[in-house]
Amino acid sequence: MPLYHDDDQAMLADTASSFMAEEGNIAKQLRHWRDRNCKDGFGHGLWKQMAEMGFTGMLVDEADGGLGMGHVEAGIVLEEIGRNLTPSPFLTSSVLAATALKHGSDDVKGRYLPGLIAGDSVFAVAIDETAKHRPQRIATRAEKSGNGFRLTGSKSFVIQGASADMIVVAARTSGSDEDAEGITLFAVPKDAAGMSHDAVRLVDSSMATHTRFDGVELDGDAVIGEIDGGRAVLDAMLLAGRVGAAAEGVGVARGAMDMTVDYLKQRKQFGRLIGEFQALQHRASHLYSEVEIARAVTIKAQQLLDAGSEQADLMASVAKAKVAKAARLAVQEGVQMHGGIGMTDEYDIGLYMKRDRALAEFLGDAYFHANRVAELSGY
Amino acid sequence: MADLETFRSETRAWLEANCPPEMREPVRDDEDVYWGGRNATFKNDAQKAWFEACLARGYTVPAWPKEYGGAGLSPAEAKVLREEMGRINARPPLSSFGIWMLGPALLQFGTEGQKQRFLNEIARGEIRWCQGYSEPGSGSDLVSLQTYGEDKGDHWVVNGQKIWTSYADQADWIFCLVRTDKANKYHGITFMLFDMASAGVSTKPILLISGNSPFCETFFDNVEVPKSYGEDVPAYVGEINRGWDVAKYLLGHEREMISGAGGGDRTAAIGAMMKRHAAKLGDELDPVLRAELAMFDVDALAYTAMGEKFLDEIKVGKAHPAQPNMMKYVGTELNKRRHELMMATGGSRSLEWESEDTGGGKPARNWLRTKANSIEGGTSEVMLNVISKRILDLPGA
Repeated sequence: MPLYHDDDQAMLADTASSFMAEEGNIAKQLRHWRDRNCKDGFGHGLWKQMAEMGFTGMLVDEADGGLGMGHVEAGIVLEEIGRNLTPSPFLTSSVLAATALKHGSDDVKGRYLPGLIAGDSVFAVAIDETAKHRPQRIATRAEKSGNGFRLTGSKSFVIQGASADMIVVAARTSGSDEDAEGITLFAVPKDAAGMSHDAVRLVDSSMATHTRFDGVELDGDAVIGEIDGGRAVLDAMLLAGRVGAAAEGVGVARGAMDMTVDYLKQRKQFGRLIGEFQALQHRASHLYSEVEIARAVTIKAQQLLDAGSEQADLMASVAKAKVAKAARLAVQEGVQMHGGIGMTDEYDIGLYMKRDRALAEFLGDAYFHANRVAELSGY
Repeated sequence: MADLETFRSETRAWLEANCPPEMREPVRDDEDVYWGGRNATFKNDAQKAWFEACLARGYTVPAWPKEYGGAGLSPAEAKVLREEMGRINARPPLSSFGIWMLGPALLQFGTEGQKQRFLNEIARGEIRWCQGYSEPGSGSDLVSLQTYGEDKGDHWVVNGQKIWTSYADQADWIFCLVRTDKANKYHGITFMLFDMASAGVSTKPILLISGNSPFCETFFDNVEVPKSYGEDVPAYVGEINRGWDVAKYLLGHEREMISGAGGGDRTAAIGAMMKRHAAKLGDELDPVLRAELAMFDVDALAYTAMGEKFLDEIKVGKAHPAQPNMMKYVGTELNKRRHELMMATGGSRSLEWESEDTGGGKPARNWLRTKANSIEGGTSEVMLNVISKRILDLPGA
């Protein structure tokens, strides 16, 4: 498969690009909700519009009412979300939770997928338990209780946890904290007794929660996939999420880079456009190179994932790490080359820097994924 | 697609039957490369057998038309062949500046007579070409070159000096940029072709920091270059005084070649290999070195994906025409970093300059050789200038 978008994908990219630029732009969404101190951190209206565009259920199988598209397509939407810094539940709901729900029973699917597809529901995922992404260690426990389970423990960095209608929770049903096996995934509804959220606003104005589970009683039908066999579902969800986060990061990087290159062509100092200075030209050109490469490996990872290749896991970590590095460079160079105005809240470039920070941390930063590349490569 | 899969299985079977096991080992040094030419000798029977098998099938230059010695493969078929050769680590049967540089220039700008003669000679490995571009006073600013061909009616008399002429001392012919109009900087250069055995041509190898001499100084002292080698075979490519157009086109090819965009293992992940290397030396990777190797592997694997994307896009005309400059810039910088990490892993063993254990100082010599990667064929700084101007459209670039 050639490493560029085919005609259908190019058409989707056009559609997604103009839609997100029109409806998901910084003034209409990110600043709008931020400046109103919105407790969700995103707009439900836009989420509904994204459903009308067919985006919310794009990864859901056609048999389940979705569009049955792949990660290349989801990546196209995510790149535009990244470029516009659009706050939305897309990555967590339509990529991560939707991937987990593929492994669910018809009952679980029927309970949650229609709401996702219609843009009426928002889902979150609760994986991390410490300040860093350590999915190999799951200490939150779900113990057998009657016909169901009792969930005890706490999770952090649950994006939009307080807004979610359902949270996919990775919990331990057997073994010790570090065991690979013995994990089970649960679909926990928002009104579950004993679940409490400590909502925190993050640096990029997105909302997350520290979520506690104090003996939350769950029916047996809250289980997604196999009891004790949830690691495979968790891995699938992480893989999809990482590739998706990489795509969004490409959009952040490209958005910041384009803004910066435009600025180099407008700003005058010493009687010249600052873009005439070779010191800045070379840095901009280096940045361009890194961002292009990050985008290429992200598309590669999407294609491998869609093809069910064994290489997808390695390439997803390569992509997540590479994008984290390239996007970090883009936002840092962006602020520096904008000079003083880049430090102001009024100007958008700083918003890119904030978003990059949060997005890079989500599902593992460059260090986590470079280490993973080493481990998967055998060293 | 079905045809392509048939082609793949046929190619796989043919390679299985014809590529000797010795030719499935990575190229370790220059002696493993078959360059062809008047004085060529094969290193061993396997090299000879592999070359001859490929020659008979047009696989020394698979994508060239059949009438010029190629196999006439479509871009998609050529990619399949590359992939299948890569799968078994098959070495190129023939390497030459004729294949990489002059051939593409002739295919683009040559007359039918030139193509018939020179392309077939290149495909058969009969003539080994070298490239006369840089001069002592014209490096990055190549267009300032001074080697001059004085017009004598049916021939030129060429005087001047070239430098960094790869393997000039072993080459049969040279494609050479010669000034033919001193009043016109860009439109005063002719892309000439002539025999290195001509009277007045001399070469002197340049000893490099690696201790090797792959490059020469090449001197022209009243060299007579006829304007024609027969009907429809002019001694220049393109038009007289328009050689810069050809040179610019070729620089693009050179950048692709150096960038390793065509694949190969130069920029692939090295961490696992370095762990084994350290183990062989009775050591293990320092944790910080391991971390740097991991970061390198991320960059190298991502760059490999970029190379694949770049080639896919070239085939359908989607690639930005200046993209080879980006590939060259990143590819060469990565290769330098790769060798720094290999040297670090090898420790004091990699410092050995002549020992048998290091094959005569290969780690150190190869490491030093890579320092030229970001200088030859356009420096990294020139590449960044080109990206600024042609891709980012920055002012005054």
